[in-house]
Amino acid sequence: MTTRLRRTWDVLALPLISIALSVLVGSIVILVSEWLVAGELKPGLALDAYKALLVGSIGSFNALVSTVVAATPLMLGGLSVGLAFKAGLFNIGAQGQFLMGALGAVIVGVALRESPSLIAIPASLAAGMLVGAAYGFIPGILKATSGAHEVVTTIMLNFVAVAILAAMVSGPLKVPASPQPITLDVGHAALPIIIGRNGHIGIVYALLMAVVYGWLLFRTTRGFEIRTTGANPDAARYAGMSPRRIIVWTMSAAGLLAGLAGATELLGVTHIMTASYGTTVGFDSIAVALLGRTSPLGIVVAALIFGGMRAGAPGMQIGAGVPAELVGVIQATILFFLVASPVVQRVFRLKSAKAPIEETGTFTRPTVAKR
Amino acid sequence: MEQIIQFVYGVPVIGLLAQLVGYLIAVLPDISPIILRAAVPIALAALCGVLCERSGIVNIGIEGTMLVAAFVGWAAGVFLVPILGEGAAGTIFGLTPVLLIAFLLAILSGLIVAAVHAWLSISVRADQIIAGTIINIAAFGITGYLNTLISKSSPAGAGAFTQFKPPKELLELPFVGWIFEMFLAQGPIGMSLLIVVIVFQILLFRSRWGLRTRSVGEHPRAAETVGINVTALRYRNVILAGGLAALGGAFLSLEVTGSFQQGMTAGRGFIGLAAMIIGRWTPLGAFGAALLFATSAAIGQSIGIAPPPGDLGAILDKLPGQFFDALPYLATIVVLAGVVGKSIPPAADGQPYEREAAT
Amino acid sequence: MTEAVHAPALEMRGITKRYPGVVANDRIDLDVRPGEIHALLGENGAGKTTLMNVLYGLARPDEGEILLDGEVVALTGPADAIARGISMVHQHFMLVPVLTVAENIVLGDETMKGPLFLDRKEAHRRIVELGERFGFDIDPDAKVGSLSVGWQQRVEILKALYREARILVLDEPTAVLTPQETEEIFAVLRRLAAAGHSIVFISHKLYEVLEIADRITVIRRGRVVGERSATGTTEEDLAELMVGREVSLAVDRGESTPGETVLAVKGLKARDDRGQEAVGGVDLEIRAGEILGIAGVAGNGQDELVEALVGLRRPTAGRITLDGTDITGRGSRAIYGAGVAFVPADRHRFGIVLSFPLSDNLILTNYHRPPYAHGIFRDDEAIRRTAEELIEAFDIRTPSADVRAATLSGGNQQKVIVAREFARDLRLLVLDQPTRGLDVGSIEFIHKQAIAKRDAGTAILLVSAELDEVLELSDRIAVMYRGKIVGVVDGRTADKNEVGLLMATGGRDRAADDAGGTAA
Repeated sequence: MTTRLRRTWDVLALPLISIALSVLVGSIVILVSEWLVAGELKPGLALDAYKALLVGSIGSFNALVSTVVAATPLMLGGLSVGLAFKAGLFNIGAQGQFLMGALGAVIVGVALRESPSLIAIPASLAAGMLVGAAYGFIPGILKATSGAHEVVTTIMLNFVAVAILAAMVSGPLKVPASPQPITLDVGHAALPIIIGRNGHIGIVYALLMAVVYGWLLFRTTRGFEIRTTGANPDAARYAGMSPRRIIVWTMSAAGLLAGLAGATELLGVTHIMTASYGTTVGFDSIAVALLGRTSPLGIVVAALIFGGMRAGAPGMQIGAGVPAELVGVIQATILFFLVASPVVQRVFRLKSAKAPIEETGTFTRPTVAKR
Repeated sequence: MEQIIQFVYGVPVIGLLAQLVGYLIAVLPDISPIILRAAVPIALAALCGVLCERSGIVNIGIEGTMLVAAFVGWAAGVFLVPILGEGAAGTIFGLTPVLLIAFLLAILSGLIVAAVHAWLSISVRADQIIAGTIINIAAFGITGYLNTLISKSSPAGAGAFTQFKPPKELLELPFVGWIFEMFLAQGPIGMSLLIVVIVFQILLFRSRWGLRTRSVGEHPRAAETVGINVTALRYRNVILAGGLAALGGAFLSLEVTGSFQQGMTAGRGFIGLAAMIIGRWTPLGAFGAALLFATSAAIGQSIGIAPPPGDLGAILDKLPGQFFDALPYLATIVVLAGVVGKSIPPAADGQPYEREAAT
Repeated sequence: MTEAVHAPALEMRGITKRYPGVVANDRIDLDVRPGEIHALLGENGAGKTTLMNVLYGLARPDEGEILLDGEVVALTGPADAIARGISMVHQHFMLVPVLTVAENIVLGDETMKGPLFLDRKEAHRRIVELGERFGFDIDPDAKVGSLSVGWQQRVEILKALYREARILVLDEPTAVLTPQETEEIFAVLRRLAAAGHSIVFISHKLYEVLEIADRITVIRRGRVVGERSATGTTEEDLAELMVGREVSLAVDRGESTPGETVLAVKGLKARDDRGQEAVGGVDLEIRAGEILGIAGVAGNGQDELVEALVGLRRPTAGRITLDGTDITGRGSRAIYGAGVAFVPADRHRFGIVLSFPLSDNLILTNYHRPPYAHGIFRDDEAIRRTAEELIEAFDIRTPSADVRAATLSGGNQQKVIVAREFARDLRLLVLDQPTRGLDVGSIEFIHKQAIAKRDAGTAILLVSAELDEVLELSDRIAVMYRGKIVGVVDGRTADKNEVGLLMATGGRDRAADDAGGTAA
């Protein structure tokens, strides 16, 4: 084996083995649960389920398009969480920032629904990004000034976002004539479809952002500051950087990315907002960032994998009678094997001694420098 | 008297506060049992958090632990009722054999989930927040999956514990009657909460176990040098704490509803963490904070049903109902940001511990 | 001294302990008699702490055996060691700050009331009684975190006595103490020895060892190189044993030719992390081409002074001027930009990012300046070029500039920092403990570089807890005591004892100082 192949294997082995093990665990879950509930063992069921899942995600042109559509918010969310990881921050708040981004986009989008798309779309997207960034700024500034841990504050802000969204949609944004709390359609602010039946332009934004993410982190001084703050905040301070400012900046940028995720999802897929507008994008994004080892290419690939699962899940439920929630089980299992990597590596005799998420320690290192 | 009250109510700001207090006094006796019921799962989650973090382990997987326990409690009934039969309801709390087994299985499931978290946090030395996040995602996925699968036939679980009916004379006591109602008009889990809180508080600060637990959470190496097995104690406490979270989960599916809905914990595990922080990592404090959170939610509902009269009512009417939903979270952020006072977690909280010179 | 014929209370025979790449202990023999204070003397890294970890059951020896009262024992862990009457006072205290004195003392060996609960009353009684017996009265209910370092150490000793330890090991117990506190602890130790306890006293300070110990075992590079009785041996004798050659590391530093004033500090005050005033009005002046050394017992405000000078800590009062420009309160970025470089004491915490490649570490404080960056863009080519140049010039032993800093030895890591900071055009160079924990070769290299920098006209501020290093390098020596400069002497004519006395007492009368008390 050439050294290059060897090195590629070292990088890919752990994620691939984790995915394979998770598919195996998923099969066991399918078989055992079916046996418990229906009382009979159907050995072919797991195969049927995975076949349906694959057909629904890559089995046809339309399936591929829906995979891409499902992957778009995950990609942006994964970049959001990944960026924060690089600075030693854990952005559990991608969830709330996503919702606030969607809310910002729907407010401007509805207001500009009859303006030309050329104005309406950029304005709505910008609103989503700004609101998302503002919502990321809050935990950032709280951490920088008072040391309030971002994990707790962002979890709290996620709930606050749900409340704000519900209040807005059932209040000022509500269509007066409607019995249900629901907003108007965003009209001309809707993102154009560029591929297939529902493939909106959001994927282009997401890929563009992945490029910007890589460029920012590894080609700019700001990226160096972010990585230094994440790796050793005391050294960052000694080097004349301001870890506090970096924390605020990074959380805001992470909020911007998650906000963009919410905006593209709203303008590209749903077009309207209900009071119970919800999502699992925030938590899925954590999985994406971890599976992608916070690298831009890794995040894009991980988002496509999880997007494919999301896209194929309904087909699996209809085709094989296996509930779509199985995808969540598989996702969590993948993460479990990644986090338990020392054990997995020992069992499979993998060479890579480097832990996949060693750069994502969040609580174990105090990030805020002293006054 | 009435005139004075009316006068005070007329003063700006102070008047509004006075009106609020007046309203609280008026509705509190009626909503007090509801408040405790709303506080029970939050308080149990908070106690779980206190036990974990006092031992030096951050557990944000409490939400998932509760969800699994809630599901198992209900699902065990679904499986066992056809086998064992409904059974005759007992005189106390409507207890049946099936219900008891379902309850025990729910607790057991919580212990198992917590053991996974303990393994990842203590032995694998993974980032504890990521480990907790995995528990949450997995719990949401597996309970959702199994729930969809089981619910195809819309089955019934083992039912639910019934509430105790305290003697009428006690409830009608002037001034204090509502307190008795609050703590006694409850099911077994709700009633036991106060005992759990007090026992935990005393053990944590007076017993050998408590002293060792606190030392392990503050300075594990110091504990190790005096011969305490840090790893074993942390394992034991995290798993035990899982039992507390499971109690909260079982409360939801076996005492309040007798059924299971997808994601029925609705963030109570996270609110519990907030209560733990506001309660400054003490059982009593966490319980108090949980009560506070529950009160704000209950008042929100109460205002929706029967708004107070006067200016206050007019103002509250303009506030969206979601304001009260968000209140506990906002309060937590304010406390964390240090406006109310610094909360200092145990010093070794969240830090994996590696024994010196493992060879 | 008791030259009794008792069997040794503790005997270690042929202890060998290997770690990957090093033999930390190589066939070490040590015996301690009842009632004896036995010193274990050696430089940093000589293997003292490893040996004590073996004795305390924290590390398993690869070879050799441990005998207690003539009986071979296999120690499985601290609990086992404690049960056999061995107790240890660690260099970094093993106390829980938020717990009370009593709670800390009983922890792990609790006096119980019933199966569950602590018997606080009984614990209090025993603690007070022990304190009285050995001459210090202590409030069992005080929070340990609120006690001074000297009192915390007493809590550690009480912890050992509470466990009825017969063999007491103290690891560098005086490193953090003031001279008065040191005297007081010595008095306690003598009383303990008189009561029949055996004491192992670990230190690298010669005069202390001679003052307190009955016998002295010297180890160097993991081996016993000699055993002496305290009577009839001298500091010089011990020093030669400890270092392995005549202790004259003195670099040929030549004459200094001080120029104009570079740094002037007036009335500088700063607080420590806990908000206590640590620097209480310091006046300093350093001229171009001059090394000013700051001598002082660790913890007398040196760290805070240095941090205030380089902009990492905000001064609460006073003025700092660099080449006549007021730089008080400026951030470190601006101060570095004005020609100041800083080699921090704790290199792993501040000086280096272990997970970054060498090339990034070699530009850590310059990354934002040309040629390494143009605007917001990094210039990877320039970074790599500089890295290779510096690796060559400073003889950093590494396979390439791409390896992570974590893979380098301590000496080479320090060279990375020195290369980075020395390579710039400088007006002022601040060196905080620049050679702590390094091998002799690296120390000499860094000392020579510093002298070269001085001769090139840079003003240098050197802070070191090693008085010898200060004496060797400095043109002038300022002694720091409790946040103040209590004396400045000429570096060439300075007398070690005179400086030592200033460090220890601040130049004040000792009796008056004792009244200051120890409970902070």
